[in-house]
Order: sequence, then C-alpha cells, then structure tokens
Amino acid sequence: MRYLPLTDDDRKQMCAAIGVESVDELFRDVPAALLNPALDGVPEGEGELEIDRRFRAFARRNLPAFEHPFFIGAGAYRHHIPASVDHLIQRGEFLTAYTPYQPEIAQGTLTYLFEFQSQVAALFGMEVANASMYDGATATAEAVLMAMRLKRNRRKAVLSGHLHPHYRAVIETMSRFRGETLVTSAPHAADPEADLQAVIAAIDEETACVVLQYPDVFGHVSDLTAVAARAHEKGALVVTVTTEPVALGLLRPPGSFGADIAVGEGQALGVGLNFGGPHLGLFTTRKEFVRQMPGRLVGETVDADGRRGFVLTLAAREQHIRREKATSNICTNSGLAALAFTIHMTLLGEKGLRRLARLNHARAAAVRAALAPLAGVEVLNRRFFNEITLRLPVPAAPVVEQLAQEGILAGVPGSRLWPEREDCRNLLLVAATETVRDEDIAALAGALGRALEAG
Amino acid sequence: MVTGMRDGEGMAPAGAAGAPETFTGHRGLLHEEPLICEYPGAFGKTGVDLPDVEIDEAPLAGFLREEPIGLPGLTEPEAVRHYTRLSQLNYGIDTGFFPLGSCTMKHNPRLNEKLARLPGLADIHPLQPESTVQGALELMAELADWLKRLTGMPAVTLVPKAGAHGELAGIMAIRAALEARGDARRVILVPESAHGTNPATAAFCGYDVRAIPAGADGRVDPAALEAALGPEIAGIMITNPNTCGLFERDMQQISELVHAAGGFVYCDGANFNAIVGKVRPGDLGVDAMHINLHKTFSTPHGGGGPGSGPVVFSEALAPFAPLPRLECDGGRWRLVEWPGGEEDRSFGRLCAFHGQMGMFVRALAFMMSLGRDGLKRMAEDAVLAANYIRARLQDAITTPFPGPSMHEVLFDDRFLKGTGVTTLDFAKALIDEGFHPMTIYFPLVVHGAMLVEPTETESKASLDEFIMAMRSLADAARKGEVERFTEAPRLAPRRRLDETRAARSPRLTWNMAGEGKAAA
Repeated sequence: MRYLPLTDDDRKQMCAAIGVESVDELFRDVPAALLNPALDGVPEGEGELEIDRRFRAFARRNLPAFEHPFFIGAGAYRHHIPASVDHLIQRGEFLTAYTPYQPEIAQGTLTYLFEFQSQVAALFGMEVANASMYDGATATAEAVLMAMRLKRNRRKAVLSGHLHPHYRAVIETMSRFRGETLVTSAPHAADPEADLQAVIAAIDEETACVVLQYPDVFGHVSDLTAVAARAHEKGALVVTVTTEPVALGLLRPPGSFGADIAVGEGQALGVGLNFGGPHLGLFTTRKEFVRQMPGRLVGETVDADGRRGFVLTLAAREQHIRREKATSNICTNSGLAALAFTIHMTLLGEKGLRRLARLNHARAAAVRAALAPLAGVEVLNRRFFNEITLRLPVPAAPVVEQLAQEGILAGVPGSRLWPEREDCRNLLLVAATETVRDEDIAALAGALGRALEAG
Repeated sequence: MVTGMRDGEGMAPAGAAGAPETFTGHRGLLHEEPLICEYPGAFGKTGVDLPDVEIDEAPLAGFLREEPIGLPGLTEPEAVRHYTRLSQLNYGIDTGFFPLGSCTMKHNPRLNEKLARLPGLADIHPLQPESTVQGALELMAELADWLKRLTGMPAVTLVPKAGAHGELAGIMAIRAALEARGDARRVILVPESAHGTNPATAAFCGYDVRAIPAGADGRVDPAALEAALGPEIAGIMITNPNTCGLFERDMQQISELVHAAGGFVYCDGANFNAIVGKVRPGDLGVDAMHINLHKTFSTPHGGGGPGSGPVVFSEALAPFAPLPRLECDGGRWRLVEWPGGEEDRSFGRLCAFHGQMGMFVRALAFMMSLGRDGLKRMAEDAVLAANYIRARLQDAITTPFPGPSMHEVLFDDRFLKGTGVTTLDFAKALIDEGFHPMTIYFPLVVHGAMLVEPTETESKASLDEFIMAMRSLADAARKGEVERFTEAPRLAPRRRLDETRAARSPRLTWNMAGEGKAAA
C-alpha cells in the first residue's frame, strides 16, 4: 500500500524485537470476540488513477460557480483568488505542521498568525484579533458567550432580525443549555431602520449584548450609532457581524460605530467557497477585553539570544490549561485558512483592497440597475455593498430552480433562510462580486424577466 | 500608526555556536525575514492588478471609509518570497518525524489535495440549489457510510468543524436525549487522563465535571466507576484508546454500568487510528464518538486547523443529531437545514453551513485509497511502530505502565531524576537532533510525561534513527551533559522563546505597543 512504508520483513523484525509472534498479540486488551470484525461492505483499496476517476465523477454532478453566471452570497462569497495564494498554502512546511506548540520550529506559522491578527484588527477598526475560529457563525456565538462572561450578572442577548438566520440558529444552539435569554426581532426586509428600532426597544438592564450584522443579511448598510449608544447607555456590549469582509475596504469599519466585539466570516478573502467549509471565523475586540477572548492568540517576544520571535500567549484562557474553567472548549483555529486570508490580504494591500471593494460595489450597482426595471421586481436596498434583496411577485424558490436549469445561479430564495416566514417567500438575495461580467448580468436579467412573465 | 522594525530588535547577532556572525544577519539558507509591515514602501504597494472604477458615492455618504486602514501590501514576487521564507522556519510532517502523541501526525497524501481542489468540489456554494450539487451530497453520504461501517454505529453527523466541536455535538445530543425523557442529570464523569477539551465541553453544556482517578494500570477501574455512578450522572466521556496509549480493556463493562445507571457513553475518538478495522466502537457500547478526520484520515493539520470532527451516534442518540441532516428521496439527496416541525428532535445548528467539505473530500480519498485491508494494516502498523519504540527504549527510558501499548507509548521523567534535565529540556534537545518533539506534560496523570506517537507513516529506518537519538540523549543526560539540554535548541531558527514576557505585556498586533497589563 503506497502510504505504508513498512515491509513484511520489517514487520517480522519488529515483532521479534518486541517479543511477539504477530501484531494481533499487541491487541490483547481487545476482547477476542470483537477483534478483526468482518467490515461487510467496505471495499478494497485502489490506486491513484481509480480514485481520481471516482472523484471527477462526483465533481461532474455539481455546477461549479466559475462556469456559470453566479450571484449567490448570503454568507459565502465567490471572489477571484490570486494563483500564488493556493500555491503558497500548499507548501509542506505550512500544510503538514501542527499547532505551534514548539515555537522554536514553528516561527513560520506563528509569524503569519501575528500578521493575520494585525490585518484583521486593522480591517475591523479594532485593537486586537485572535488567530481565527471555525467560521463566522461560531465566532458570533462565541462573541455572545464572551459578552455574558464580561457582564457576569446579565443573561440576555438581543439579536437583530437582520442577522443571518444560520448565525441566529448557532447562537440559539450554543446557549440552549446555558440558561441565557435570546430576544430576536422579526426581519423587516425592506426597512432596516425598523429592525434597529426594535433592537433599541429590547435593550434593558438585563441585556449583556446586542448582535447586529453589518452589512446585514439583506445587504443593507445601516448606521449603528444610535443602537450602539443605547446599548452602552444601558451597560450592554455591542457585537457586530460582518459576513463579507471585502465590504470593509469601502465602508467605515465596525470599530467606528463603537463595537466592543466585531466578528465575521473571512472566507471571501483567499479561502474560497468549499461548499461551506472550511471557512474562517474572524474575531476582534478591545484590548481591555483580551483576557476574556476565546481562541488562540499569538504574541511577540524574544528568544534566549534576544532575537524577536512569536509564541502562543495568554493560554491560561484555554482548555488545555484551564480544563472545565476555560473561556471556550475550542482547541484549534483555522490555521491554513487564516494563511490563505493573510496572503490574499498581503497581495491586495490597502490599495488593492479598496479597488476590489469599489469594483464589487460597482458590479452590484450594475445588477441593481439591470433588475430594478423588470416588471413586478422591487429592489429593497437603498444603501448596499455587493448584495441586494429583491421582492418578486411570486415565490422565489421555483424561479431560482428554473434559472439553475438554464445554468444561471441567481441567488438565495428567502424560503431557504426563513422557511417559516410567509413574508420572506418572495425574497431573493442577489450578490455580485468582481467575478460577475456584463454578459452574466444580461443573462440573469433576461432569464429572470422571462421566468416572471411566464409565471 | 505602525511601528516598524525597532532598533536592536529582530536583527540581533545570528551566529550558530562557533560560526562567525554574518553581515546580513541571515544564516545561509535561513533568512531573517521581516514582517510585511516592515518592508520599505509596503504601505502603498499592491500585488494585484485591479481597475480603479468610479462608483456613485452619494448614497454611501457618511459610510465611506475615509481614514487609512493600515494594511501593507507586497507585489507578487515579494509576497511569494516572504511566505516561502516563513514556511522554511516551520517543521512539518514533510520535513521529518513528528511523533506528537495524541495528534496522529501521519503523511498527508497530495492526491487528496488535488481532488479537494477540483472545481466541481471546491468552487460550489453551500446555498446552491440542491439539484446543482447532487455529486457533493452523494460524496458526503458516501463518507458517512464509510464512517458508520468502520465504527459499527448506525448514524453519523458530518457537521462538526473539529474534534472539540464534535465533543460539543455529542454532549449536546446526550443532554437533549436526557431532556426529552424529562431527566435533569447534572454530572459528567471524566477520567483524569482525558484531553482538556473533555471537561471544557461538559462544562460548556452546563454540566458539573467529576473526575475519575486513573487505576494503577493507567486505565479506568470499573469498581471506581461504579462507585461514582448514580442518578445524577448524565454520562461519561472516555477516550479509547486512552491518552496513556492504552486500550480500556473493560470498556464493554464500563458502558454496561453507565447504561444501567441511566447515563450515556461518550467516546473521545482522538485515538481511533489505533483501532480502525480492528475493533468497532459500536461493539463496545459507545453512544457517541467524534472522529478527527485530520488525525485518523490524513487531512492536513495546517498549522492548527481547519480540521473536521464528524460524530457517530447510537440509535438512542441519532434523533438528536445536529442540523443539517442528509436525506435521500427517491435517489435525490437533500439537506434538511431546519427542524421539520414539532416532532423533530435535533438539538439544532452548530455552524453556518454543512461542515468541512474540503476535509470530507480528502478523508474519503484516503479511505478509498487504503480500503478495508489497508485501513486495518494502517492501524496495525501504527501499533507495531509504537511498541517497537517502547521495546527498544525500555532499558533506557522509564515507562509508567507495562506494555503493550496501542498506537502511542508513554514515558515519564524518572530516568532524568538527579540529572538536572527536565522533560522540556529533553524535548528541546530532540529539536537539535532533527526531530519534532513528542507531546510533553500530557497526560497529567504521569509526572513529566512524554507521549510518543509514531503513526504508520514512518519507515523502520526512520524509527531506528529516532530510537538511536532517544537512547543517546538519555545517555548524555545520565553522563551530566546538562548544557546540551538546557541550552537547546541551538540549531533551530530560534532559541528558546520567553513566554512569560509575551504574556506579561502582550503585543498581539504590529500596532500594539505591548506595554502594561491587559485588564482582566
């Protein structure tokens, strides 16, 4: 077998050195009746060529984004990734390393994580960032739990109705067995201000934090100043969630609204879609809260010769030290995805990120201009970045399915994210990145127009 | 305001012992690489060619980012060199032997990397219409099927993003199952030798954690367990093979006792590599077990993630598994993303989408490459390698428990007694010999623990070299060559790093001054 270097002769010699007749003697603690089960239905191994064929067959039955007009966002965004990103993350020293527990021989990982933390903190307009988390939704749930730790006697979180429903669901799951109260307002797809007013109305002395998405799930860009002021006045913390980090190359950052914890999904930069994972959780906060922050942190120090180096630090927050008293049960980060993000960000630089962000906004504005005139289509966004929400005259899901049959991936129907809400059935979330061409927009507008006429 | 390279920092003398200092500060192929923010002119550079398009700024008035963001950039040649040089400061499995106990640092086949990057598997969106991702869903179903067969368990969720996330899924399912029968048990039993994530997970789900002391043989003693059981016990979190590298030989009895007392059995599957194809956790009475795809099934550790931690469930826990669920309707796969009405007993959603698809591809490619006999052979070779190391070192390095072990061998520091050398020193000396150190000071049940896990990846020659190095170092410690250890590593990109200083005045970004103590 190509991955197993030991030969039969090696095995014999090794058994002899140990003093056993066969390897099975080493399994003597396993009850004999249970050793070497039949494993019915498990096939025999195959060579590279055969495996390659099998996986190409799986791949062929999917519609990949780059071959088609593609407008799906809602928490995962398709951007062009420079070729050198994927080349560099496959360097074996990065790819096949472990968590940097031996810093003297892990300076590569530790240095890029320090750069990552610095870039993420700057992007969000915050002071500190951790070394990444599983994804944006888990980072958001961890932010709520961190707020509960900081506001020890408060057990309530107020969630905006314009938070991505999957994120809301993860917060609900994570707090389900912990006795916290979650208050979520209903979405007002066409009126983000109404949502903010509902959040403000729900803030009281029991509230540990409010959770606001920026830009929100419908693509709205709203002023968070008033809700942040109200939260702080009541002694609550402000948690912001950004699922499209490219937006922060054009829009003022969460930090500028007074966010105490700003989290997000970093998949858009360097990581790719991957059918939903691996993605990349981003987590930033103020310096004063750092000791209650979950996840790994890298800090600067010097070695025995006085040379600068980096180490995992403030580990006293973490489970391998604190066990049941840890800030979180999380024991890993998304190291390689963080590396992809960092390399992409390094290639962009401030100049490139700003250009990329403007380009995204321009493409979305072109989509809006092409779709708004269609009969019966209402565009709900006044201010947006690269994603808008349409209200169609008919339920969106069948329309999306019909367009998919024509090879156009039109967006996300409201019923997929709010299956229980009648008032979301006709909504269609449409995203446009730099990858969208004029002919893609024309194809979408034409096909959508025809589908609605026929419907 | 970015503080760049400060005088006297980062460019101190770089001579290896005995070599003259170089004029550049570099040491041959080992470069002193600055941070990207320290590259001259980085604030203003870019390595991408993008048009500068006009946009209508009026609607965004008051929302535009006017202030500098503070992001340095590099052109492509500079960026490629920067990250290549950083990579050269790292030790990986590709570099050499990585016997990190409990982590299963096995070879990461490049075929897996290639397949995970096929556009039809990587460039698909989690919210595409299901009709356009049937191949992806079928791949997930196929992986689920392999995991069920290899564990002998009836159900599996692929959702969890890492091992600790899998533990959450398992304990939440247990809690949901208990609540469904109106049972408010509050205590989870955890053996002292457990990974730190176990008690952290139990506490996270609102449980009190009660430790079970390890028996004299490094295993859970059924009598001690029985004494700890009662109506308040929700279940046990047990690792098998355990973190001492030993198979819990009374596992069936342990499960029966816990079940008889009304509790559930969670198994930490971190060490599944030792038993794949040899014994099925389902036959041992396990109710839930996470499987680290980044250990047992070869997906890369990536310097700390992303991993993947699917969880297999017994019939009793299956209905409580997290969403999304995969279902098959007349040959069409579909994802159940929301609870299907009042009778749906799933405990809820754990992450934004459907789990770590990129890892599913890699793990399934590995399974299919090895197949039934190959996977069994993999476990046997891993166990054989660990016992070979144990046998060849038993006269030089002390072991707390008699063998045989499973896939890893646990040493303690009794052999260093009176030498002035600690376990940490010993580990750092291994770096100079060209090895990544083993796991140290874990498990906690053994003083000065050294946990060695060779995996099935190493050739006999590689094992022999490691054995020689270990014997020679043990010998040197006994002979009083203390500096060989206390000064180690001398031949690494960095000497020992000052972790106390890093924590006392944290400098966590290049903008942070690193002064004063962060507030608690």
